[in-house]
Amino acid sequence: MDDLINDFLAETRDMLQALSGVIVAWEAEPSDRARLDEIFRFVHTVKGNCGFFDLPRLQQLSHAAEDVLADVRAGRRGADARLVSAVLAVIDRIGELVQALETGEALASEDDEQLISALGKAPAVPALDPEPPAPAPETKKAMRSIRLSVDLLDRMMNGVSDAVLARNELGRRLRDGDRDVALEAAFERLSGCIGEIRDAITRTRMQRIDSLFTALPRMVRDLSAELGKQVRLEVDGGDVELDREMLEMIRDPLTHIIRNAIDHGIEPAKERAAAGKDKAGRLRVAARQAGNQILIEVADDGRGIDGEALVRKAIAAGIVTAEKAETLSPQRRLALVFAPGLSTAGEVTAISGRGVGMDVVRANIERIGGVVDVDSRAGEGVRLVIRVPLTLTIIPALTVSAGGQIFAVPRSAIEEILRAGTGVAHVERVGESSVATIRGRRVPLADLCDLLGVAASDEGRKIVLLKPAGGDSYALAVDAVHDHEELVVKPAAPAVMAAGLYAGTTLADDGRPILLLDPSGMAGQAGFRFDEAEVAGRGDEAGAADAAARETSLLLFRGLDGGLRAVPVPVVERIEDVPAEAVRFSAGRLRVSLAERILPLAGCAEPPKEGKLRLLRLTDGAAEIAYGFAEVIDIRSLALELRPPPHPGELAGVALIDGLQVEVLDPHWLFAAHADAARPAGAPPVCALPEGDPWMDNMLRPLIESLGYRVVAAGEGVEADVLIACAEGEAPAGVAAGSVLRLRTRAEVDGENDNSIYRYDRGALVAALSRGEAKERADG
Amino acid sequence: MADLLLIVRLAGRRVALPAADVEGVVELEGITAAPRAAPHVAGLSALRSRVLTVIDGLASLEFGRAGAGGPLEAIVVPSGGHTYAILVEAVEDVVEAARTPVAVRAPVGAGWERVAAGMVEAGGDLLLLVDPHALIAGPPTARAA
Repeated sequence: MDDLINDFLAETRDMLQALSGVIVAWEAEPSDRARLDEIFRFVHTVKGNCGFFDLPRLQQLSHAAEDVLADVRAGRRGADARLVSAVLAVIDRIGELVQALETGEALASEDDEQLISALGKAPAVPALDPEPPAPAPETKKAMRSIRLSVDLLDRMMNGVSDAVLARNELGRRLRDGDRDVALEAAFERLSGCIGEIRDAITRTRMQRIDSLFTALPRMVRDLSAELGKQVRLEVDGGDVELDREMLEMIRDPLTHIIRNAIDHGIEPAKERAAAGKDKAGRLRVAARQAGNQILIEVADDGRGIDGEALVRKAIAAGIVTAEKAETLSPQRRLALVFAPGLSTAGEVTAISGRGVGMDVVRANIERIGGVVDVDSRAGEGVRLVIRVPLTLTIIPALTVSAGGQIFAVPRSAIEEILRAGTGVAHVERVGESSVATIRGRRVPLADLCDLLGVAASDEGRKIVLLKPAGGDSYALAVDAVHDHEELVVKPAAPAVMAAGLYAGTTLADDGRPILLLDPSGMAGQAGFRFDEAEVAGRGDEAGAADAAARETSLLLFRGLDGGLRAVPVPVVERIEDVPAEAVRFSAGRLRVSLAERILPLAGCAEPPKEGKLRLLRLTDGAAEIAYGFAEVIDIRSLALELRPPPHPGELAGVALIDGLQVEVLDPHWLFAAHADAARPAGAPPVCALPEGDPWMDNMLRPLIESLGYRVVAAGEGVEADVLIACAEGEAPAGVAAGSVLRLRTRAEVDGENDNSIYRYDRGALVAALSRGEAKERADG
Repeated sequence: MADLLLIVRLAGRRVALPAADVEGVVELEGITAAPRAAPHVAGLSALRSRVLTVIDGLASLEFGRAGAGGPLEAIVVPSGGHTYAILVEAVEDVVEAARTPVAVRAPVGAGWERVAAGMVEAGGDLLLLVDPHALIAGPPTARAA
């Protein structure tokens, strides 16, 4: 909502600026109809928006001006100088109010009335002089935000990317030449500055995904009304940030997926009732950050994808042969929704599942380096997960070599790196193709050297297990694996992209160009298809599932004390930097304030003195805590062998990762120790308080709210779980309450039948209110 | 004002390119191969912090490939949002066109036909005017790929 108001204020400010010339012209020539219309439109727009935002003063002013201007337009009044200046005074006041709202200052309202009455027919003040509006006092806070064109941001980003590369090259030349300590120190300083600028500019390009999500309720409402369905939309994770450009790129695919979910997934109310489901379909759209990726999940509880029909359609369309279709696992069948050719509207109407342009959705997401996975249960719904990198321009990558040349592979697609010919992975030739068996799981193998048409080296080859879109893992044999690098990736020229193997180009630290490989492009060039991949993948599914079950995806990081730690990735909601001031020792523990919430802070002994603190935001699904850390090291998927600590605590144990001792956090203990007690799920119980009692409002209300109640004012027709009343007075009438709690002002009991509670007997109050809550929960 | 022309030596001939299309002339430090890219792409190179896609002028004319080694003279041409370096045998001079280019009325020969934009008189010689963007686009087979 705050964002909307800010948008409205910024827009109004822009309109006012644009209008200033018009106002001046209208003042000079009041009979100018075009100018009058323009001003009318402005006050009309402002009036409309104010009603929506509940800004009564602005609404009153714009409404009054609109009325007068409507009269002038209809010819009921002449636009004399007095009227013109009265209107202008109102418009100036609107501008002042907008500024006051932006800076959060109060603006006296007394003379609003005067301005409005000046619009009236009789001169309220003798010939209200076109008194110039008081110039805004100098002391007012400056606007804290400006609007920039994305083009400019892009240019800044490109400039900084170039600066980073130039810095890298300079660094290399410095290392090559004679050592000069003073020069190196200066270079270090420059280097640090450039790094900071890059971080800052990367942040300016970040936008909350809310800006995408705010349009959803309306879209869902319109679409469900059009289709005669009932849909309940749940949106979560709006505070996740991602690159503006990325945001634009996922807008269409996301819209498409949601349209599909409502159109094909969620059944009409009658059908749902017959299936024993809630009449209103549930559509959940949630975003969260996991490492360097953003996950956007769209889940519905509709009828699910009809795998059989999909396969029939795919066979008819010639995408798979009937024999191959026989061998497809359910997951492969679902993946057919992304196959091109199943997508034209005419064909799809025959299918009860989905498929409208899903190939386009996948193509769009893959183009920005993302992947989309689908999961469906017949009769229970469909879950689509879009995974996209945080930004388009800087991506973490692994450098590998083939035929003596370095290439980069996006980190997001890499599952695992293995040495060829060891116990873990062995490669067999099957006809003309190769299959790698990795811990009982068979995947097709492509050789990067063959793909590129270069000569391979024979020794010490490595296998990189890749998982591009659609769930088709495959192995890629490379000559060597080098390093993890953060690369500034730029698009490659069309003649290079024509190879179908590359996603872009980048420059290494030494200034040489490096080609970034495209994992799904390579799979395509290697000729891997759903069906072939599937035949190979069926080898030992149980074994693979078993191996996968034992593996944990871990985020490796360095704690603030320098210790090497790891935390399971699913627990990490996102990573965030906060200024040191956001961390405070308050109400008995360290807490950190983020945008609009306060989270308990762990992993940090005392508030940082200055600078900023990096945080892991951990979630257990309901509660969230923050964990301070120094730097992210890596994300690894491994089967853990934990050595437990002597006493239960923050750490679940110590594990050996890459020969180093890594302390693995125990999320269960962390949440038990740090998380704020979760509110009971569902609607909070309601407590009705008599109106107008300051003691109730100021003293009792916070206590009741802290116990998880929603407090309402007692009155006619109010429904509540608990009603609070004074023992001395009458209980407020007309309240339908589950129980009534009488409070008395005197400490001593008044007679034997007095079941009231002394109002400062905190223990008894809490006990009584907790009982009410427990009752409510038992009933529910 | 007369158009400026850049005179280069390509496939053994002196040809002219509109100087307005050319950002600069560089000697490339090295070329990183781009395996499986279109045949007229020699690879990638770096100019300051930019990646250049190196176009083999000879290959683009389908006259074979530029020999490896030796100085790598190239002209830098931005085209379609990317920056290219077109390998040439030598860069000679920048001259003013004596008059506006005219169409060539005779066949200019295989390879040249596709990149020729006319002929132009400069410095007392009559030269073939080559469209650098056509050189970048490469032979039709590459474009179809």
